Amino acid sequence: MKILVTVSEVATVEDAFEIDGTTIADQYLGADLNEWDDYAVEEAVQLQEADLADEVVTVTIGPEDADQTIRQALAKGADRALRVWDDDLADVGLLDPGTKADLLAAVVDDEQPDLVLSGVQTGDDSFGATGVALADRVGYQWAAVVNHLEHEFADDTASVRRELEGGVEELTDVDLPAVLTIQTGINEPRYASLRGIRQAQRKPLEVQTLDDLGIEGVDSALALTEMYEPESETDVTVWEGGADDTAGDLASLLREKGVAQ
Amino acid sequence: MTDVLAIADHRRGKLRDVSYEIATAGRGLADDLGGDLHLVVISGTVDDFAAKLDRDGVDVVHTVSDGEEYNHDIYIQAIEQLTADIDPQYVLVPNSVNGLDYAPALAGRLERPIVTDTIGLESDGETLVATREMYGGKVETTVELEGPAVVTIRGAEWPKAEGTGDAEIRSFDVEIDDAALGSTVNGFEEVAGGDVDIADADVLVSVGRGIDEEENLEIIHDLADALDATVSSSRPIVDNGWLPKNRQVGQSGKVVTPDVYIAIGISGAVQHVAGMKGSETIVAINTDPNAPIMDIADYAIHDDLFDVVPALTEQFQ
Repeated sequence: MKILVTVSEVATVEDAFEIDGTTIADQYLGADLNEWDDYAVEEAVQLQEADLADEVVTVTIGPEDADQTIRQALAKGADRALRVWDDDLADVGLLDPGTKADLLAAVVDDEQPDLVLSGVQTGDDSFGATGVALADRVGYQWAAVVNHLEHEFADDTASVRRELEGGVEELTDVDLPAVLTIQTGINEPRYASLRGIRQAQRKPLEVQTLDDLGIEGVDSALALTEMYEPESETDVTVWEGGADDTAGDLASLLREKGVAQ
Repeated sequence: MTDVLAIADHRRGKLRDVSYEIATAGRGLADDLGGDLHLVVISGTVDDFAAKLDRDGVDVVHTVSDGEEYNHDIYIQAIEQLTADIDPQYVLVPNSVNGLDYAPALAGRLERPIVTDTIGLESDGETLVATREMYGGKVETTVELEGPAVVTIRGAEWPKAEGTGDAEIRSFDVEIDDAALGSTVNGFEEVAGGDVDIADADVLVSVGRGIDEEENLEIIHDLADALDATVSSSRPIVDNGWLPKNRQVGQSGKVVTPDVYIAIGISGAVQHVAGMKGSETIVAINTDPNAPIMDIADYAIHDDLFDVVPALTEQFQ
């Protein structure tokens, strides 16, 4: 079985930041492996260690800077990586889920994986839609928000648990090939070992342009027009001072409310 | 194309609250367009659901009786056929776990763009202006898209539609292609049971990612003991296996409404806030003054929990 894992590099924002037009000012931004994708990579690597997968390939949409994040996934055990990028993509502001799915669909057509694992959402734009949109485009089955995958694929199906709201899980069988969107907590993502980090430097990382994928131009359906800090819904009372002072203020409030009396 | 089609959400015989909220969101958009609001409820006891969904502002409730519980292939086929019939400008879907399981594929079938997790919607008939958060709620954005679209709406952002309406209830016959059903639901399991029910607690001492290490939880337990309170947590603590699932507050855990909710090292992701914003008094202890939890807190301490929590415990010993 061949597994394709979608890996995103997400923008992280410092606690204190400023907005510049419709983006966060550059100096407050960092980059990291998307948290949900970390679990997806781990699940794929565990399937490979259990001899259920022969190959784990990652795919990322992103510029050259994303290579550091892709190497993280390789260091954790993925075999090789693909990165989709093109100057045309740099000119598109906010990539909508449909456009991302179009790009990934071209990769799935080339790679023909049996299973695609994709994080439920990304931590920055949080659309939570790309994995299922991808499944539809390539004609795969799918399940969204999977927090358990049986490591056994009888009759070409995957048995999963979907995490519904309110502490309820749905037990579902999904025909393969399939796309599963992976929820945090499905496993315990490993830290890359030093050996893994060294090996990752030698693993193949291939860049594919729109031309390579046979895609003529991209255009996002979504235009980002404003960005601002949300207004507070409450009039918050902020206690100032050292920890003893603020703890004292909170203790007074709690006593007023009859706590621990 | 001036109509709006909104999809109801139900599970195990019950309509979920978002089904009434989506009627309000849908009515607003239909008013913007000068058109009708259609709801559709698919699978299960649809006649009973339709009677409940007939609230103020709803013009038509369509029922599709195929299927018992949610199956994404039945939903998609039904909505695809209904969309061909009534030609709505916007198809509204709850941004629930099931909504996110079919809406993106539905958008693909309808060859429409999708925007998800919206918290505000306006349209002039052609351009849809949607408000949504980014970066875990640190900022809000507006995004625009042209023409017909599939849109998911966040729960608890719009009020529930109330009253009794005079909607027309129409049974809609769909042709389900059984060969296209590629998944089977075998059952459900409650996973948040156990000896403690955090929903019963009057005071919750709730801990999040800011605690850093499992052994640091000790200061949280000490505080809860001193306050005679119950310990709960946000998702990462349960994901890490540091507390059992029955302690998790939020969308996938429990909804709690204690007298006092003390959020310690919790940033306040929307999924967490959904589970505790009904608390009577919310206190947040967090180093980040811009954390989304501060937007719903009544009292806040912008300081290191490792300093504040032991100092607070001491006050009660």
